Amino acid sequence: MAKKSSEKAEKSEKTEKLINKNDIRVDGRKLNDLRPVKLEVGILANADGSAYIEQGKNKILAGVYGPKELHPKHLALPDRALLHCRYHMAPFSVQERKSPAPSRREIELSKVIRESLEPSIFTEYYPRTSIDLFIEVLQADGGTRCAGITIASLALADAGIPMRDLVSACAAGKVEGHLVLDLTDTEDKAGEADLPVAFMPNFNAITLLQMDGKLTSEEFEQAVGMAVEGCKQIYTHQKEALKAKYLVKEEAVEE
Amino acid sequence: MNIPAMVVRVKQKRIAELISHGKRLDERGLNDYRKIQLEVGVIERAEGSARIRLGKTEVLVGVKIETGEPFPDVPNEGVLTVNAELVPLASPTFEAGPPGENSIELARIVDRGIRESKAIALEKLCITPHKKVFIVFVDVYVLNHDGNLIDASAMAALAALLNTKMFNYEMKGDEIQIKPGYTQLPVVNYPIAVTFAKINDKIIVDPWLEEEQVMDARFTITMEKDGKVCAVQKGGYGYFFKEQILEAAKIAKEKSEELRKILVKS
Repeated sequence: MAKKSSEKAEKSEKTEKLINKNDIRVDGRKLNDLRPVKLEVGILANADGSAYIEQGKNKILAGVYGPKELHPKHLALPDRALLHCRYHMAPFSVQERKSPAPSRREIELSKVIRESLEPSIFTEYYPRTSIDLFIEVLQADGGTRCAGITIASLALADAGIPMRDLVSACAAGKVEGHLVLDLTDTEDKAGEADLPVAFMPNFNAITLLQMDGKLTSEEFEQAVGMAVEGCKQIYTHQKEALKAKYLVKEEAVEE
Repeated sequence: MNIPAMVVRVKQKRIAELISHGKRLDERGLNDYRKIQLEVGVIERAEGSARIRLGKTEVLVGVKIETGEPFPDVPNEGVLTVNAELVPLASPTFEAGPPGENSIELARIVDRGIRESKAIALEKLCITPHKKVFIVFVDVYVLNHDGNLIDASAMAALAALLNTKMFNYEMKGDEIQIKPGYTQLPVVNYPIAVTFAKINDKIIVDPWLEEEQVMDARFTITMEKDGKVCAVQKGGYGYFFKEQILEAAKIAKEKSEELRKILVKS
């Protein structure tokens, strides 16, 4: 019992200050550091394409089915495929159990995620079909929509769907007066602003931009720039992850 | 907005061509709003209400105030709830039924502007901490859809909140007793949403319906009264370049001040 209360005291001490005087964050990162990112491509057997990310404590899965026949048929688009996206959080992914029914937040995020990925896909190659994209957040710790977009784009590539570019996503924000990259849940909740961005690196195109909080025009400008730089770092991770799937392991060749 | 194209191709082309020459089909400048008419207090039963006409777009917002339990993480604050209805009579493309993603997105953009700018002093809406607080219901009712529902709804919502009167009360034990007279809802910030559309790589302000059907993407910036950005939302299937977003942020600053003047006047 005594141990528990001391733990709690330590915790509250920590949450008071998220960034120390040397500009180091609670988890030891510098202001413009990403959390450690682990990406895997093609990990689900049934899905046409899939990917998994661990970014800090975030653990998220994405799966793609399609292009395939669309049901109900009246939704079919005559000139392109319909991209259907579902962002969903597992009931156990957050501190207090989340009801599995889709919340208003999840419905909005499904929409903005879909719109962030659609510019990257040659949907016009597959008229009248649907491409179904499922993002399941298994554990959430801030920045799940960005991590979700990052792996959704990989899963689409893994499914062999023709794409103009990968979409990489990363958030910037403001915590205790400092602009920071890739906020954790605690930083997001205690911080002053959160600004998720999705980006197509080879087009310099921003395909998702949201913000809530409070920023001056100058800070807004800097934060957008910072998030874009974060997206570029994510992009290198994505390329590595895609290549890693097709890399032949040396011991496999040994006789 | 996911609305099937009803604008004939020829007209779509004309709209896009004009915009690349800096003109618009309805003869507005690229950064001009349509005519705005704002009326407040149009629904007597509601604690606050406002009706906006932005060109032919019409939105009615009603505010109702009830008492209820606070959220456990903020026991000393009132609760703000924003809901949007795309009423079927407002457009041939709207259907009755549970809220779809378009109406949820609209409500959440309006909500984010009010919440993040701390427009309502929610801490003043506490009756008994942990037990009883005021809940402010903002219901956005779209009556005629002719484009840019976001800006129209955000402005009408704020106008309705400014118009909102709360009943006076006194506590008798655990019971609330309503007393005669009203006090003004404490509104301390004026967040204004400014929406841009990208057509032919040009950025235009306040797209009307036909422009929305031609646009590649849209982008909303909500600005507070001191010129700070408090909410942003990109929508639509296209993309923006960073320069376009920063340019839009500058225009939004000017435009939001212009709209705020109209709001304060009414």
